[in-house]
Amino acid sequence: MGRVVVEVMPKPEILDPQGKAVVGALPRLGFTQFTGARQGKRFELEVDGEVTAEILADARKAAETLLSNPIIEDVVRVADASSETAEVPAR
Amino acid sequence: MSAGTLDTTLAEARIGVITFPGTLDDRDAARAVRLAGGEPVSLFHADGDLQGVDAVVLPGGFSYGDYLRAGAISRFAPAMDALVDAAKGGMPVLGICNGFQVLTEAHLLPGSMIKNEHLHFICREQVLSVENAGTAWTNRYEQGQHITIPLKNQDGQFVADEHTLDELEGEGRVAFRYVGWNPNGSRRDIAGITNAAGNVVGLMPHPEHAVEAGFGPDGPEGPRSGTDGLGFFTSVLASLVHA
Repeated sequence: MGRVVVEVMPKPEILDPQGKAVVGALPRLGFTQFTGARQGKRFELEVDGEVTAEILADARKAAETLLSNPIIEDVVRVADASSETAEVPAR
Repeated sequence: MSAGTLDTTLAEARIGVITFPGTLDDRDAARAVRLAGGEPVSLFHADGDLQGVDAVVLPGGFSYGDYLRAGAISRFAPAMDALVDAAKGGMPVLGICNGFQVLTEAHLLPGSMIKNEHLHFICREQVLSVENAGTAWTNRYEQGQHITIPLKNQDGQFVADEHTLDELEGEGRVAFRYVGWNPNGSRRDIAGITNAAGNVVGLMPHPEHAVEAGFGPDGPEGPRSGTDGLGFFTSVLASLVHA
Protein backbone atom coordinates (compact mmCIF):
# COMPACT_ATOMS: atom_id res chain seq x y z
CA MET A 1 0.00 0.00 0.00
CA GLY A 2 1.31 3.42 -0.97
CA ARG A 3 0.64 6.76 0.62
CA VAL A 4 0.70 10.30 -0.76
CA VAL A 5 1.19 13.25 1.57
CA VAL A 6 -0.49 16.54 0.71
CA GLU A 7 0.21 19.69 2.70
CA VAL A 8 -1.92 22.81 2.52
CA MET A 9 -1.11 26.16 4.14
CA PRO A 10 -3.05 29.42 4.42
CA LYS A 11 -1.77 31.92 1.85
CA PRO A 12 0.88 34.28 3.30
CA GLU A 13 -1.35 37.33 2.77
CA ILE A 14 -4.31 35.73 4.55
CA LEU A 15 -4.35 36.28 8.29
CA ASP A 16 -4.33 32.96 10.11
CA PRO A 17 -6.45 33.40 13.26
CA GLN A 18 -5.60 29.90 14.52
CA GLY A 19 -1.86 30.46 14.10
CA LYS A 20 -2.23 33.73 15.94
CA ALA A 21 -3.89 31.96 18.88
CA VAL A 22 -1.11 29.35 18.94
CA VAL A 23 1.68 31.93 18.97
CA GLY A 24 -0.16 33.74 21.75
CA ALA A 25 -0.24 30.58 23.88
CA LEU A 26 3.41 29.52 23.43
CA PRO A 27 4.96 32.12 25.79
CA ARG A 28 2.66 30.96 28.58
CA LEU A 29 4.58 27.64 28.46
CA GLY A 30 7.93 29.42 28.43
CA PHE A 31 8.47 29.21 24.67
CA THR A 32 9.36 32.85 24.14
CA GLN A 33 11.63 32.29 21.13
CA PHE A 34 8.80 31.64 18.63
CA THR A 35 7.66 34.92 17.12
CA GLY A 36 5.11 33.57 14.67
CA ALA A 37 2.98 30.50 13.94
CA ARG A 38 0.86 29.47 11.00
CA GLN A 39 -1.42 26.45 11.02
CA GLY A 40 -2.00 24.32 7.93
CA LYS A 41 -3.30 20.87 7.06
CA ARG A 42 -1.69 17.56 6.20
CA PHE A 43 -3.59 14.89 4.26
CA GLU A 44 -2.49 11.28 3.75
CA LEU A 45 -4.05 9.67 0.68
CA GLU A 46 -3.76 5.89 0.47
CA VAL A 47 -3.57 3.85 -2.72
CA ASP A 48 -3.29 0.15 -3.53
CA GLY A 49 0.18 -0.50 -4.88
CA GLU A 50 2.98 1.89 -5.67
CA VAL A 51 2.85 5.66 -5.73
CA THR A 52 3.51 6.37 -9.40
CA ALA A 53 4.04 9.69 -11.16
CA GLU A 54 0.46 9.42 -12.41
CA ILE A 55 -0.85 8.91 -8.87
CA LEU A 56 1.10 11.97 -7.73
CA ALA A 57 -0.36 14.03 -10.61
CA ASP A 58 -3.89 12.92 -9.64
CA ALA A 59 -3.15 13.72 -6.00
CA ARG A 60 -2.12 17.23 -7.01
CA LYS A 61 -5.35 17.63 -8.99
CA ALA A 62 -7.36 16.47 -5.95
CA ALA A 63 -5.33 18.82 -3.76
CA GLU A 64 -6.12 21.79 -5.95
CA THR A 65 -9.84 21.06 -6.43
CA LEU A 66 -11.04 19.63 -3.13
CA LEU A 67 -8.32 19.59 -0.48
CA SER A 68 -7.53 23.30 -0.79
CA ASN A 69 -9.38 26.48 -1.70
CA PRO A 70 -7.09 28.54 -3.99
CA ILE A 71 -8.65 31.78 -2.72
CA ILE A 72 -7.24 31.31 0.77
CA GLU A 73 -4.79 28.39 0.64
CA ASP A 74 -1.72 27.08 -1.21
CA VAL A 75 -0.83 23.44 -1.82
CA VAL A 76 2.76 23.51 -0.59
CA ARG A 77 3.64 19.84 -0.97
CA VAL A 78 2.49 16.68 -2.77
CA ALA A 79 4.87 13.77 -2.15
CA ASP A 80 5.25 10.01 -1.83
CA ALA A 81 5.15 9.31 1.92
CA SER A 82 7.75 6.54 1.63
CA SER A 83 10.34 9.07 0.45
CA GLU A 84 9.88 11.12 3.61
CA THR A 85 12.71 11.08 6.11
CA ALA A 86 12.16 12.04 9.71
CA GLU A 87 13.95 15.30 10.39
CA VAL A 88 13.49 15.08 14.12
CA PRO A 89 13.97 11.61 15.66
CA ALA A 90 11.01 10.47 17.73
CA ARG A 91 11.67 10.05 21.42
CA MET B 1 -41.49 50.61 0.83
CA SER B 2 -43.04 47.87 2.90
CA ALA B 3 -41.26 44.56 3.18
CA GLY B 4 -44.55 42.86 4.00
CA THR B 5 -46.25 39.96 2.26
CA LEU B 6 -47.01 40.46 -1.42
CA ASP B 7 -50.44 39.88 -2.85
CA THR B 8 -51.69 36.46 -3.86
CA THR B 9 -50.69 36.69 -7.53
CA LEU B 10 -47.24 35.44 -6.48
CA ALA B 11 -48.45 32.38 -4.62
CA GLU B 12 -47.42 30.03 -7.42
CA ALA B 13 -43.72 30.93 -7.17
CA ARG B 14 -41.85 27.81 -6.02
CA ILE B 15 -38.68 28.39 -4.01
CA GLY B 16 -36.42 25.39 -3.41
CA VAL B 17 -34.50 24.92 -0.15
CA ILE B 18 -31.62 22.44 -0.36
CA THR B 19 -30.89 20.24 2.66
CA PHE B 20 -27.34 18.90 3.06
CA PRO B 21 -26.17 16.54 5.82
CA GLY B 22 -25.68 18.94 8.75
CA THR B 23 -27.94 21.72 7.46
CA LEU B 24 -29.78 23.38 10.37
CA ASP B 25 -31.92 26.19 9.03
CA ASP B 26 -33.77 24.58 6.11
CA ARG B 27 -37.10 24.55 7.97
CA ASP B 28 -36.71 28.21 8.90
CA ALA B 29 -35.90 29.13 5.30
CA ALA B 30 -38.94 27.22 4.05
CA ARG B 31 -41.08 28.97 6.64
CA ALA B 32 -39.74 32.36 5.54
CA VAL B 33 -40.67 31.56 1.93
CA ARG B 34 -44.18 30.62 3.03
CA LEU B 35 -44.63 33.75 5.16
CA ALA B 36 -43.54 35.89 2.22
CA GLY B 37 -46.22 34.30 0.06
CA GLY B 38 -44.25 31.71 -1.92
CA GLU B 39 -44.36 27.93 -1.98
CA PRO B 40 -41.30 26.28 -0.41
CA VAL B 41 -40.02 23.09 -2.07
CA SER B 42 -37.69 20.77 -0.14
CA LEU B 43 -34.69 19.69 -2.22
CA PHE B 44 -32.10 17.08 -1.21
CA HIS B 45 -28.36 17.40 -1.80
CA ALA B 46 -28.05 13.93 -3.35
CA ASP B 47 -30.73 14.63 -5.95
CA GLY B 48 -29.58 16.39 -9.11
CA ASP B 49 -33.16 17.34 -10.02
CA LEU B 50 -34.19 20.84 -8.88
CA GLN B 51 -37.85 19.94 -9.59
CA GLY B 52 -38.42 22.98 -11.74
CA VAL B 53 -38.23 25.51 -8.89
CA ASP B 54 -38.07 29.23 -9.71
CA ALA B 55 -35.35 30.07 -7.17
CA VAL B 56 -33.22 28.32 -4.55
CA VAL B 57 -32.14 29.07 -0.98
CA LEU B 58 -28.99 27.41 0.37
CA PRO B 59 -29.68 27.50 4.11
CA GLY B 60 -27.36 27.82 7.08
CA GLY B 61 -25.91 25.13 9.29
CA PHE B 62 -22.78 23.02 9.40
CA SER B 63 -22.96 20.83 6.32
CA TYR B 64 -20.59 17.87 6.69
CA GLY B 65 -19.63 19.28 10.09
CA ASP B 66 -17.63 22.04 8.38
CA TYR B 67 -15.02 19.29 7.78
CA LEU B 68 -12.18 20.24 5.43
CA ARG B 69 -13.53 23.79 4.98
CA ALA B 70 -17.03 25.17 5.55
CA GLY B 71 -19.09 24.30 2.46
CA ALA B 72 -16.22 22.50 0.72
CA ILE B 73 -17.77 19.05 0.52
CA SER B 74 -21.35 20.21 -0.11
CA ARG B 75 -20.14 22.09 -3.14
CA PHE B 76 -19.70 18.76 -4.98
CA ALA B 77 -23.24 17.45 -4.25
CA PRO B 78 -25.36 16.45 -7.29
CA ALA B 79 -27.88 19.19 -6.43
CA MET B 80 -25.06 21.74 -6.63
CA ASP B 81 -24.12 20.71 -10.19
CA ALA B 82 -27.69 21.45 -11.24
CA LEU B 83 -27.73 24.63 -9.17
CA VAL B 84 -24.53 26.05 -10.68
CA ASP B 85 -25.96 25.61 -14.19
CA ALA B 86 -29.29 27.16 -13.19
CA ALA B 87 -27.59 30.10 -11.46
CA LYS B 88 -25.48 30.79 -14.52
CA GLY B 89 -28.75 30.80 -16.49
CA GLY B 90 -30.11 33.56 -14.24
CA MET B 91 -32.10 31.66 -11.60
CA PRO B 92 -32.14 33.54 -8.27
CA VAL B 93 -30.00 31.83 -5.60
CA LEU B 94 -29.57 32.98 -2.00
CA GLY B 95 -26.83 31.54 0.21
CA ILE B 96 -27.24 32.18 3.91
CA CYS B 97 -24.26 31.61 6.25
CA ASN B 98 -23.13 28.04 5.41
CA GLY B 99 -25.01 28.50 2.12
CA PHE B 100 -22.85 31.57 1.39
CA GLN B 101 -19.76 29.45 2.12
CA VAL B 102 -21.04 26.82 -0.33
CA LEU B 103 -21.53 29.50 -3.00
CA THR B 104 -17.94 30.73 -2.64
CA GLU B 105 -16.60 27.17 -2.71
CA ALA B 106 -18.63 26.62 -5.91
CA HIS B 107 -17.10 29.83 -7.33
CA LEU B 108 -20.53 31.36 -7.94
CA LEU B 109 -19.38 34.18 -5.67
CA PRO B 110 -15.79 35.42 -5.17
CA GLY B 111 -13.78 35.39 -1.96
CA SER B 112 -14.00 32.97 0.93
CA MET B 113 -14.77 32.78 4.62
CA ILE B 114 -12.17 31.99 7.28
CA LYS B 115 -12.43 31.66 11.05
CA ASN B 116 -13.66 34.75 12.89
CA GLU B 117 -10.79 37.05 13.79
CA HIS B 118 -11.47 36.58 17.52
CA LEU B 119 -11.88 32.77 17.07
CA HIS B 120 -15.19 32.69 18.95
CA PHE B 121 -18.54 31.48 17.76
CA ILE B 122 -20.77 34.52 17.77
CA CYS B 123 -24.55 34.89 18.02
CA ARG B 124 -26.13 38.34 18.10
CA GLU B 125 -28.63 40.66 16.51
CA GLN B 126 -26.68 42.49 13.83
CA VAL B 127 -27.40 45.76 12.04
CA LEU B 128 -26.59 45.74 8.31
CA SER B 129 -26.90 48.35 5.64
CA VAL B 130 -28.34 47.30 2.29
CA GLU B 131 -25.63 48.47 -0.11
CA ASN B 132 -27.27 47.16 -3.26
CA ALA B 133 -31.06 47.25 -3.41
CA GLY B 134 -31.10 46.14 -7.03
CA THR B 135 -30.58 42.38 -6.68
CA ALA B 136 -33.16 39.62 -6.97
CA TRP B 137 -33.07 39.27 -3.18
CA THR B 138 -32.94 42.95 -2.09
CA ASN B 139 -35.26 44.88 -4.43
CA ARG B 140 -37.91 45.41 -1.75
CA TYR B 141 -35.43 47.33 0.42
CA GLU B 142 -34.31 50.93 0.03
CA GLN B 143 -30.72 51.63 -0.95
CA GLY B 144 -28.79 52.22 2.28
CA GLN B 145 -31.61 50.92 4.48
CA HIS B 146 -30.52 49.60 7.88
CA ILE B 147 -31.93 46.21 8.82
CA THR B 148 -31.45 44.08 11.94
CA ILE B 149 -31.22 40.30 11.59
CA PRO B 150 -29.49 37.55 13.61
CA LEU B 151 -25.86 36.61 12.99
CA LYS B 152 -24.44 33.30 14.22
CA ASN B 153 -21.24 31.74 12.95
CA GLN B 154 -17.69 30.68 13.64
CA ASP B 155 -16.20 30.95 10.14
CA GLY B 156 -17.64 34.30 9.15
CA GLN B 157 -14.63 36.40 8.25
CA PHE B 158 -15.02 37.35 4.58
CA VAL B 159 -11.67 37.53 2.79
CA ALA B 160 -10.62 38.23 -0.78
CA ASP B 161 -7.56 39.78 -2.38
CA GLU B 162 -7.44 43.58 -2.72
CA HIS B 163 -8.07 43.45 -6.47
CA THR B 164 -11.26 41.41 -5.99
CA LEU B 165 -12.41 43.71 -3.17
CA ASP B 166 -11.87 46.79 -5.36
CA GLU B 167 -13.77 45.11 -8.17
CA LEU B 168 -16.68 44.24 -5.84
CA GLU B 169 -16.83 47.83 -4.58
CA GLY B 170 -16.49 49.34 -8.05
CA GLU B 171 -19.26 47.23 -9.54
CA GLY B 172 -21.66 47.77 -6.63
CA ARG B 173 -21.47 44.10 -5.75
CA VAL B 174 -21.12 44.60 -2.00
CA ALA B 175 -24.73 43.80 -1.11
CA PHE B 176 -24.55 44.25 2.68
CA ARG B 177 -22.15 45.83 5.13
CA TYR B 178 -21.97 45.48 8.90
CA VAL B 179 -23.01 48.65 10.71
CA GLY B 180 -21.71 49.75 14.11
CA TRP B 181 -19.37 46.82 14.66
CA ASN B 182 -17.56 44.39 12.43
CA PRO B 183 -18.32 41.12 14.23
CA ASN B 184 -15.77 38.83 12.58
CA GLY B 185 -12.98 40.85 10.95
CA SER B 186 -14.51 40.70 7.45
CA ARG B 187 -12.63 42.77 4.87
CA ARG B 188 -14.15 46.22 4.44
CA ASP B 189 -17.05 45.30 6.79
CA ILE B 190 -18.58 43.14 4.05
CA ALA B 191 -21.52 41.03 5.27
CA GLY B 192 -22.78 39.88 1.88
CA ILE B 193 -22.11 40.14 -1.84
CA THR B 194 -23.84 39.58 -5.16
CA ASN B 195 -22.73 38.33 -8.56
CA ALA B 196 -22.64 40.78 -11.46
CA ALA B 197 -26.10 39.76 -12.71
CA GLY B 198 -27.67 40.26 -9.26
CA ASN B 199 -29.35 36.85 -9.17
CA VAL B 200 -26.83 35.14 -6.85
CA VAL B 201 -26.53 36.69 -3.39
CA GLY B 202 -24.71 35.38 -0.31
CA LEU B 203 -24.48 36.74 3.22
CA MET B 204 -23.40 35.52 6.65
CA PRO B 205 -26.32 36.86 8.77
CA HIS B 206 -29.69 35.09 8.79
CA PRO B 207 -32.71 36.89 7.27
CA GLU B 208 -34.86 33.75 7.67
CA HIS B 209 -34.75 34.16 11.46
CA ALA B 210 -36.37 37.62 11.28
CA VAL B 211 -39.61 37.07 9.39
CA GLU B 212 -42.37 36.83 11.97
CA ALA B 213 -43.23 39.09 14.89
CA GLY B 214 -42.73 37.25 18.17
CA PHE B 215 -39.82 35.17 16.93
CA GLY B 216 -37.35 37.69 15.50
CA PRO B 217 -34.81 40.15 16.87
CA ASP B 218 -35.88 43.09 19.00
CA GLY B 219 -37.49 45.81 16.89
CA PRO B 220 -39.18 49.17 17.21
CA GLU B 221 -42.46 47.46 18.13
CA GLY B 222 -40.85 45.73 21.11
CA PRO B 223 -38.87 42.60 22.00
CA ARG B 224 -38.68 40.02 19.19
CA SER B 225 -40.87 42.11 16.93
CA GLY B 226 -38.28 42.50 14.16
CA THR B 227 -39.18 41.17 10.72
CA ASP B 228 -36.46 42.89 8.67
CA GLY B 229 -35.46 39.62 7.00
CA LEU B 230 -38.80 39.09 5.26
CA GLY B 231 -37.81 41.51 2.49
CA PHE B 232 -35.31 38.98 1.06
CA PHE B 233 -38.13 36.58 0.32
CA THR B 234 -40.67 39.14 -0.90
CA SER B 235 -37.89 40.57 -3.09
CA VAL B 236 -37.30 37.31 -4.91
CA LEU B 237 -41.04 36.81 -5.43
CA ALA B 238 -41.24 40.32 -6.90
CA SER B 239 -38.24 39.66 -9.15
CA LEU B 240 -39.82 36.45 -10.43
CA VAL B 241 -43.02 38.29 -11.33
CA HIS B 242 -41.08 40.91 -13.27
CA ALA B 243 -38.72 38.39 -14.90
